[in-house]
Amino acid sequence: MSKVLIYGEIKGGKIKKTAFELASEGRKIADGLGGDLGAVVIGSQGEQFASDLARYGVDTVFVIEGADLENYNSEYFAQALAHVIQEKKPEIVLLSHTMQGKDLTPRTAAKLGVASIADCVSFEVDGGKLVGTRPMYAGKCNAQWLSLASPQMATARPNVLETVENPKAGTVEKIAFTPDNGRLSYTTKDLTLDTSGKVDLTEAEIIVSGGRGMGGTDYSLLEEMASIFGPAATVGASRAAVDAGWRPHSDQVGQTGKTVCPNLYVACGISGSIQHLAGMGSSKVIVAINKDPEAPIFSKADYGIVGDLFKVVPEFNKELKVLLAE
Amino acid sequence: MKSLVCLKQVPDTETQIKVNADGTGIVTDGIKYVINPYDEFSVEEALRLKEKFKAGEVVILSIGPDRATEAIRTALAMGADRGIHINDDAINSSDPFVIAQALAAAAKGVEFDVIFCGHRAIDDDFGEAGAMLAELLQLPQVTLVTKVDVGADKKTAVVERDIEGGKEVVEVPLPCVLTSQKGLNEPRYASLPGIMKAKKKPIDKKTSGDLGMVPEAKLQSKNYTMPPVRQAGKVFADMEPAEAAKVVVQALRNEAKVI
Repeated sequence: MSKVLIYGEIKGGKIKKTAFELASEGRKIADGLGGDLGAVVIGSQGEQFASDLARYGVDTVFVIEGADLENYNSEYFAQALAHVIQEKKPEIVLLSHTMQGKDLTPRTAAKLGVASIADCVSFEVDGGKLVGTRPMYAGKCNAQWLSLASPQMATARPNVLETVENPKAGTVEKIAFTPDNGRLSYTTKDLTLDTSGKVDLTEAEIIVSGGRGMGGTDYSLLEEMASIFGPAATVGASRAAVDAGWRPHSDQVGQTGKTVCPNLYVACGISGSIQHLAGMGSSKVIVAINKDPEAPIFSKADYGIVGDLFKVVPEFNKELKVLLAE
Repeated sequence: MKSLVCLKQVPDTETQIKVNADGTGIVTDGIKYVINPYDEFSVEEALRLKEKFKAGEVVILSIGPDRATEAIRTALAMGADRGIHINDDAINSSDPFVIAQALAAAAKGVEFDVIFCGHRAIDDDFGEAGAMLAELLQLPQVTLVTKVDVGADKKTAVVERDIEGGKEVVEVPLPCVLTSQKGLNEPRYASLPGIMKAKKKPIDKKTSGDLGMVPEAKLQSKNYTMPPVRQAGKVFADMEPAEAAKVVVQALRNEAKVI
């Protein structure tokens, strides 16, 4: 019997790194409670990831297979996940606060008559109960939340929990499940994935972000910087840049966009409104490049350069190229 | 086309949030409240659908204390037809499940082709109520919606949604629950005649008793804290761009050790 159950999200034929973050955290929690750690993967391709999950401390991998479970669908996946939870009766269920996690978790929780502690950045166990710390108001404050119902469900913010190798058996248990398709759901007509391999803002390790100071749609200097940093880097934007139509809304960092926590956030031509600072304030290291020495962003930046970004960024890129080529 | 729009009143994004002395919540004095930005997209989309079909109704459903009436009035001034205001201390600041239960109970008394919710409220940031409402009403959900195209027969809609690094286009049977994402539309402003008209539009007040529910909290919060204050680091001014760039890039490698 698994005391703690994590959900292993598969995307594009690969298991996400967030699954290993959950496994590592789940292992810690299960050990604290004196119980086993299980992982659920949905779809027949799930079995191949059992050994990866085992490496991060998973005792049993539940592979759910059945019609309508090969491609993600909120209703059918929620049915499958709820089914395993009801069968295996874990005390704690953890998912990642990814796009899929945000869609799947509340639907599953509602089937079970519970709520999920969403978007946690850390967990502890207090008196046998899970306590999740989560930012609120886009990070303007934090609070601790605990569940009064069973199972205790929570989602973890991607890229925050550490991955720790701790090899366990990872025994595969297959579960056949046919979703009730009398419950209507949507059908996917088209899936357009960005094939450039661009990493999502919420999962990027490095974000190069541009604001009003960019002056227009040409973000090539920032795209260049992100490409020098490599595949874990991506380009973001402030609300001003998105509202001006320079960048797609999916690039927006801030309270009405995405809350991010990369290792490095490079803010170019961003003055630093309250809502933007809230959305990126938990980045590990912040670099600001802005020509206005009074810009609020400098009060949050670890390294600030006062200057014209169109002069500074090319030099920055040159230096980076040299350093990272070494 | 009949839409039910779930709407929450939240602190404006420029609000400086402060935690209260005993850590049980935030200081609410002096906060300017607005319609949750994602709910504004919902109101706009519902109005456009009513306009497109030249018939129907847009009903605003909100949960909150007395002040939430202002947010409902604003939506009515944008053009919505009537409001339902659930105001009950046991529900107002409860967890997403209780909120979804109350929304579901109220929705049962309303005719709708589609329910819109914001994909999350920018105050507590849970982002669960929409999907939970869909489940409790046994309706399909499409979350993070950026485009809605309802078929002429109002039986299905083709909807675009955000996924990681891309877009998904789905066809969903109606009625359903859609959660709005930025990019869906540009919300209109309330016109002066709209504001005048809104004053006369009905807002139906409801308590948990009216909804036939006994709220039972599923989550509990404690220990509200402010995030650690970030100290300003080194600022390089009056330096040649090449020199400043070199110093910072070197510091990222040798001092901050992030590259």
